[in-house]
Amino acid sequence: MACKKCSVPFKGTPEQEKELKAAIAAMKDEPGSLMPIIQKAQEIYGYLPIEVQTMISDETGVPIERIYGIATFYAQFTLEPKGQYQISVCLGTACYVKGSSLVLDKITEILGIQPGQCTPDGKFSLDSCRCVGACGLAPVMMINGEVYGRLTVDQVPGILAKY
Amino acid sequence: MKTIADIKAIRGTMQKTVEDSKVIRVVVGMATCGIAAGARPVLEALSAEVKKKGLTDKIVVSQTGCIGLCQFEPIVDVYVPGQHKVTYIKMSAEKALEVVEKHLVGGKPVTEYTMASSGLSTVDGKPAQSLEDTNLYAKQVRVALRNCGVIDPENIDEYIGRGGYEALGKVLTEMKPEDVIETVLASGLRGRGGAGFPTGLKWKLCRPNVSDQKYVCCNADEGDPGAFMDRSVLEGDPHAVLEAMAIAGFAIGSSQGYIYVRAEYPIAIQRLRIAINQAHEYGLLGKNIFGTGFDFDIDLRLGAGAFVCGEETALMTSIEGKRGEPRPRPPFPAVKGLFAKPSILNNVETYANIAQIIVKGADWFAGMGTEKSTGTKVFALGGKINNTGLIEIPMGTPLRTIIEDIGGGIPNGKKFKAVQTGGPSGGCIPAEYLDIPVDYENLKSIGCIVGSGGMIVMDEDNCMVDIAKFFLEFTVDESCGKCTACRIGTRRMLELLTTITDGKADMATLEKLEDLCKYIQVNSLCALGQTAPNPVLSTIKFFKDEYIAHIVDKKCPAGVCKALMQYAICEDKCVGCKMCAKGCPANAIAVNAAGEVKDGKKLPYLVIDPAACVKCGACVATCKFGAIYKK
Repeated sequence: MACKKCSVPFKGTPEQEKELKAAIAAMKDEPGSLMPIIQKAQEIYGYLPIEVQTMISDETGVPIERIYGIATFYAQFTLEPKGQYQISVCLGTACYVKGSSLVLDKITEILGIQPGQCTPDGKFSLDSCRCVGACGLAPVMMINGEVYGRLTVDQVPGILAKY
Repeated sequence: MKTIADIKAIRGTMQKTVEDSKVIRVVVGMATCGIAAGARPVLEALSAEVKKKGLTDKIVVSQTGCIGLCQFEPIVDVYVPGQHKVTYIKMSAEKALEVVEKHLVGGKPVTEYTMASSGLSTVDGKPAQSLEDTNLYAKQVRVALRNCGVIDPENIDEYIGRGGYEALGKVLTEMKPEDVIETVLASGLRGRGGAGFPTGLKWKLCRPNVSDQKYVCCNADEGDPGAFMDRSVLEGDPHAVLEAMAIAGFAIGSSQGYIYVRAEYPIAIQRLRIAINQAHEYGLLGKNIFGTGFDFDIDLRLGAGAFVCGEETALMTSIEGKRGEPRPRPPFPAVKGLFAKPSILNNVETYANIAQIIVKGADWFAGMGTEKSTGTKVFALGGKINNTGLIEIPMGTPLRTIIEDIGGGIPNGKKFKAVQTGGPSGGCIPAEYLDIPVDYENLKSIGCIVGSGGMIVMDEDNCMVDIAKFFLEFTVDESCGKCTACRIGTRRMLELLTTITDGKADMATLEKLEDLCKYIQVNSLCALGQTAPNPVLSTIKFFKDEYIAHIVDKKCPAGVCKALMQYAICEDKCVGCKMCAKGCPANAIAVNAAGEVKDGKKLPYLVIDPAACVKCGACVATCKFGAIYKK
């Protein structure tokens, strides 16, 4: 777990830490308050990096492996932040045969992150997805809901530069 | 703190306001679906326009929960004193202004926007002016949904005005806990969340267990794809759930309740919070309720996106702040539940019936429905059906009535194939059982379940193997991983199904699949795994011919499974414009310039190379002449 590196360095502020500690102090003696505490932490930080999990563990006295267990059990919790711009490259059959994996590779190369990760400045996060139903425009990627179709690898730097 | 007399006084005032009112009431449906369809701008436009015209003393604009007709949202109801209610459908801010001008001020309903414009008619065939007039409403009986779409869920006085908290007063002052349990038992009410366990019996089993604390839990973690009745009750009538939980607390001897509600329902959560605060202000929750010495409080706990938490022991484990994994039973929660104390868990819709059973009596409730399945049930109609939405009908209503009369049949003149009930734990009911009365026993007898009440209608274009695969993909994703049968078994089932939809299976695969289903049913720890094979078993039972077509003929009769389907170009319709070839992402369409002849027939001008085709359907969308078809 400790070796699970997050792509984005942790940038919590003292205010966020104060808010979380106050919330934990208010809730921790209630029975079953661990879930609400973790939910509050995600609300404050937007995600649950190892630093935040450690903080919760220190304040509540709950072993960190239990907190990690909860954070990875529920779909709502995320250990990686989402970027300001969420890129999603279609790897459906039609896009794949038109070379969308090359597009994905190019983005990975430019941004220096793998699918599922976020750039250190928090600007872009990258995911692959299954068919978005725009096969006629293959290969396709989406950035925050905007669709880019008939992509070539050469177009990728220009598109990313727009953001 | 309010006394029973205070509550009666509020009820009297509220009822008098409704009866004697000279004020026009305009009510906008503001449940999640209404808001998604654009109800908020409509509400804002109505409020602003009424204010602008200086009519706030004559016209009251308010909100309500789910009215129950999804395809007509946003919906606005207009109550003019002394006149028939008018329901406006598919509203927009512009239409709302017109309604203010012509109807609220001018006194003439704008008929082109009313329910009449939907084409729905009354029982005797006249155009319907309001929802209540329609023939699809005539077959319904609203018990759990009685306040949804009628009251403002954020105003406790409106709930009290409709008889709210009368049952709690009656229970605390006139009844013993045993009487409450006997009443619920005699009503025959069974769990509306899926399994149909008698609610009164659950309470009765918990009551004698001695402990310093017991818990009343509410399952609001509605996770079945296609079911949204619990959300509608929470958004439209939250106090009904709070009141029922307090009654349950009195019955089993508990002073603390928890509502476990999924985080995906923000509006339900917000309205529950408002309702809990209002109940506190009135002393209907908290210490010494109605001065009777009975204490009861309710806390909210938010889910975090795990389907398995709808299972009772997993839900309790999650409230305890752990990974939401189920526990083996026994011990049953009635003995050792939440925080290892005696606990009961009922779902939202079940609770929504309780207060009325107390007020109107067990016989009234037992008089509806069938002998073993009493009362009414809310169903969420979806899929290939004309009238999508929430309906509440007496148990035992024939499926045909639900699909044809209330649901309005299948769109586009397609043929009904099956209805899926009970989500990932349920099964498919084929056309030959359309006349089956819908209740717990009947559906169980054909391998289906009532479940939480999702009903997804399918027509001839749906492939039943594909549907089974869809539900299994869901289960595989949501299996918590604790027991092997479910974790690995469902995955292997999905692999076997995939070989069938890919055309790589033989008849032995089908046998293996059935064996595996039975193994998982018997060996899984909780209901999620035990019921996971149901969609597969029921489709094999009723649609074996479709499985055989996939396995033996390597064909998907509905043309859904991509691996077994081919696109082809119709020679007579193709004009040779080559638009399809240009749009093809796989370059699979080529000009058949040589005029190649096969089986003595000249091939069309353009041909699709089946080996290169990725079956994306882009060519079908491009062709203006409808020359490309599935074969």
